Amino acid sequence: MAEYQTHPYDVLVIGAGGAGLRAAIEAAGSGVRVGVVCKSLLGKAHTVMAEGGVAAALGNVDDRDNWKVHFSDTMRGGQYLNNWRMAELHAKEAPARVRELEAWGALFDRTKDGRILQRNFGGHRYPRLAHVGDRTGLEMIRTLQDHGIHSGMEVHMECTVLKLLLDGGRIAGAFGYDREKGHFMHWPAKAVILATGGIGRAFKITSNSWEYTGDGHALAYEAGAELVDMEFVQFHPTGMVWPISVRGILVTEGVRGEGGVLRNSEGKRFMFEDIPDLYKAQTADNEAEGWSYTQGDKNARRPPELLTRDHVARCINREVKAGRGSPHGGVFLDIAWIKQHIPNAAEHIKRKLPSMYHQFKQLAEIDITKEPMEVGPTTHYMMGGVRVDGDTQMSTVPGLFAAGEVGAGLHGANRLGGNSLSDLIVFGKRAGEYAAIFAKQNMPVSANAAQIQAAVDEALAPFERGAQGENPYQIQYQLQESMQDLVGIVRVESEMQEALGIVDMLRERAMRSGVAGHRQYNNGWHTAMDLKNLLIVSEAITRAAVLRKESRGAQFRDDYPDKDPEWGKYNNVVRRGVDGEMLVEPQPIPAMPAELKTVIEEMK
Amino acid sequence: MAQALFRIWRGDAGGGGFQDYTTTIDPGMVVLDAVHRIQAEQAPDLAVRWNCKAGKCGSCSAEINGVPKLMCMTRLSEVNLDKPVIIEPMHAFPSIRDLVTDVSWNFRVKKTIKKFTPRHPDEEDGTWRMQQVDVDRVQEFRKCIECFLCQDVCHVLREHHMHEEFIGPRFLVYAAALEMHPLDTVDRVADLKKKHGIGYCNITTCCRQVCPESITITENAIIPLKERVVDAYFDPLKKFFHIL
Repeated sequence: MAEYQTHPYDVLVIGAGGAGLRAAIEAAGSGVRVGVVCKSLLGKAHTVMAEGGVAAALGNVDDRDNWKVHFSDTMRGGQYLNNWRMAELHAKEAPARVRELEAWGALFDRTKDGRILQRNFGGHRYPRLAHVGDRTGLEMIRTLQDHGIHSGMEVHMECTVLKLLLDGGRIAGAFGYDREKGHFMHWPAKAVILATGGIGRAFKITSNSWEYTGDGHALAYEAGAELVDMEFVQFHPTGMVWPISVRGILVTEGVRGEGGVLRNSEGKRFMFEDIPDLYKAQTADNEAEGWSYTQGDKNARRPPELLTRDHVARCINREVKAGRGSPHGGVFLDIAWIKQHIPNAAEHIKRKLPSMYHQFKQLAEIDITKEPMEVGPTTHYMMGGVRVDGDTQMSTVPGLFAAGEVGAGLHGANRLGGNSLSDLIVFGKRAGEYAAIFAKQNMPVSANAAQIQAAVDEALAPFERGAQGENPYQIQYQLQESMQDLVGIVRVESEMQEALGIVDMLRERAMRSGVAGHRQYNNGWHTAMDLKNLLIVSEAITRAAVLRKESRGAQFRDDYPDKDPEWGKYNNVVRRGVDGEMLVEPQPIPAMPAELKTVIEEMK
Repeated sequence: MAQALFRIWRGDAGGGGFQDYTTTIDPGMVVLDAVHRIQAEQAPDLAVRWNCKAGKCGSCSAEINGVPKLMCMTRLSEVNLDKPVIIEPMHAFPSIRDLVTDVSWNFRVKKTIKKFTPRHPDEEDGTWRMQQVDVDRVQEFRKCIECFLCQDVCHVLREHHMHEEFIGPRFLVYAAALEMHPLDTVDRVADLKKKHGIGYCNITTCCRQVCPESITITENAIIPLKERVVDAYFDPLKKFFHIL
C-alpha cells in the first residue's frame, strides 16, 4: 500500500490565484475547515500577470455606466453564447467585489475627487477598469493573499493534484503529491472548488507559465463533469515577438487604452480598414476621434485598436501573412507617438505603463517612450471550461465547483479584457459560499483505497521506465507545436483532423514517458504528470472546434468563414463516454428572460 | 551557433557541488532560458522554480556569478560568457534541491505582522476617498513581487542567521506599506521594535541594490519606520517629561 499524508477538510480549493483565494476566504468566513492546494508558492499564480485592470461598472469616471451596459458589452463580446445568468450576476456584483478589495487594503489609482480611477478597454463602452498602473493583478492577488492568511485557511504550497476522488457520484476529495519532497498527499473533502486557471501550455506561443496545463479541466472531465465552449481559446493580439525567448509574453491592452496604435510595415493604421458591422456604430472612423476617446472625451467613439481581442488578433495575423509585418513577424504597437499630443509624454507613459516600460527595456532593449514595440498574437485565455450552474458554480458532479478561468460560461465565444479579474472575485466568492453550504448540508464521504492506489501506480510508472523512456519535455514540445500550427488562430477541418491523429500518437508516447532520479523536486517528473491533462484539453479543444462549423468570436474557420445564426443557438458540451471515449455534442442555449432581452435591445 | 558554459550548483540539504553544462545560445536569451535548455536536453531532473518569465512573480530568484538576481530578467548579453556562468541557489534559505530553496519562513513571518485594518468608510455607500499623492508612496511598496532577493542579501539573515529575531527587509517594506496606508488604523511600532527586530538593520542598502522592482527599501521604508520607533521610544524630551 502506498504511503501518503492525509489532510481532511470540509472544502478543498485547488488553485490559489484570484478565484481560489477569494473562494477560500469566503468559505473560511462561513466557519468550515478550508484547505488550499497550489502548484506554486502562494502569490505566484497567473493572476499576478494581469495588467490592465478589473472591470466593474462603478461609474466613477463616466456616470452613464451601470450593470446593464456592462452586461450588454459582455454578451456582445461573447457573441451571445454566454451563460446569460453569469453575465448578469457578474455585471451586478463586480462593483461590490472591487470595493471589498479596497476594504482589504488594495490601493487602486485615484480620480481627482479621490475615488477609484477607471480606464478604457477593448469592448467596454465606458471607462470601466479599476487599475493600479499596469500591475493590477499583482495588487489583487497580494490583497487576497494578505487578507486570506488571516482567515483560517490552510495552504499547501507547491502541490499538484493528480486525481479527484469520488464516493458514488459525489466528490470526496483529491489526491496528489507535494512537489518539493515528492510525498503523496490525500485531501479528503466534502466539497472541492477547482480554481486552476487555464490551458495556455497546450500551445507553443503563450502568455501562460508552466502551470497552465489544463489540470482543472482534465480533472473535472475525468471525474465525469461536463466541459463547455472548449473551442474558444483567446489569442491575445499583443504578445511580445522578440527576442525569441520572451515570445508570447503579454503586452497589456492598456497600451492601446492609453492611446497606443497599431501600424503595419507601411506605417498604416490597418485597424481602420476592417471594423465589423456589430461594432460600426460605436467605433471611430478617423484618427482624431479615436485619440479624443482615449483622452476621456465622452462624445467620441473608441479607436478600432480597441475592438475585441479576437478581431484585432486576426487583423494582425492578416497583416503579417500579407507581408506587411514587422521584422520579427509581428506588427508595430506605438505609444511613443502620443508625444505629438501631450507634453512630457515619456513621463506620462512611464507612470501609466511602468511594467511595460520595464519589460521592454530589460528584455528587448527597447524604450517604448521613444520607439514602437513589435507585437503579435499569443495564446492567452481559455473561455471554455467546466460547465457550472450560474448561481452556485457547481458542476454536473455533486460537490465539485469551479471558478475563474477553469469555469466556463461568463465569456461565451470571447472574453473582454478586464472581465477576467472581475470573474475571479465575483464567482470565486460565489463558489466559496455555495461549496461551504454544500459541505454543511451533506454527510461525510470517503474514497475507496482502489482509487488512490490507481493514482499512485500511474504516478510512479515513469520512474519504472527510467531515463530510457520517452523524454516528457519533447512530447510536450511536439504537442505545443502541433496545436499552434493546426488548431490556432485560423482553423480548417483537415488540419484539425491531423491534430487529432497527433494527439493520439502523443498519448501513446506519453504512456511510455520515463524520468530519471527521485521524486524530490523533479521537474522532469512534474512535466510527465502534466502531459495527460494537456492531451485531454487539446483533444477537447480540437473536437469542439471541428464540430462548430462556423466562425464566431475566438474561433475562426477558414473553411466556414461566416457566422451561422443556427450555431448561435448552441454551446458545444464535452464529456467522457462510458467506454472512456470523448463525446462532443451541441446543446441548446436556454432562453434568455424577457427583462435581459430588453436590456440588450436598449443598449444596442 | 554560439556556446556557453554554465556551472550550476546541484545537490540538496545533505550537500552538493557544481556541475558544468555547455549549451547553445541564441540572441536575446536570459539565464532562465539557458537553464531550461539544459533541463530539457541534458538534465531533466534539474530543479528550478519559475513561473511568469517576465519579472512579475518573483519565483526564479538565484545567485548569478555571486549576485542575487531573477534568472528571467538577466540577459546573457549582460553576462561575461568568456568565463563559466555560475548559478547558485539563494544562500539565506535552506536548500531543497539544486536551485530551489525552502522559502517557507517568509510566509510564516508575514503572518506575525498585524493585518490591515481600515478606518470607517468616509461615505455612506461604504467607500473611501483618497488622493493619488497619498497613495503614491504606498504603491511603491506594493510593487514588491516577493522574490526575497532582499532577504537573501541581508547580512542579518545571510551571515548571522537571525531568522528568529529579525523579519528582514521584505517584511519591513510590508510593515511600512501598512503603517503608511492612508486607511489603516493599527499601530505596529511596538512590534517593529520588540518582535520584528528593526534595530538589527544598520542600513547598508544591500537590499535596495538588488531589488528588481527598484523599491527604495532603505530610504523610503526602513528609515521612516526607524524614525517612528525612535520617536516612540528614544525621544529625549519625552523621556525628560516622563521622569518629571
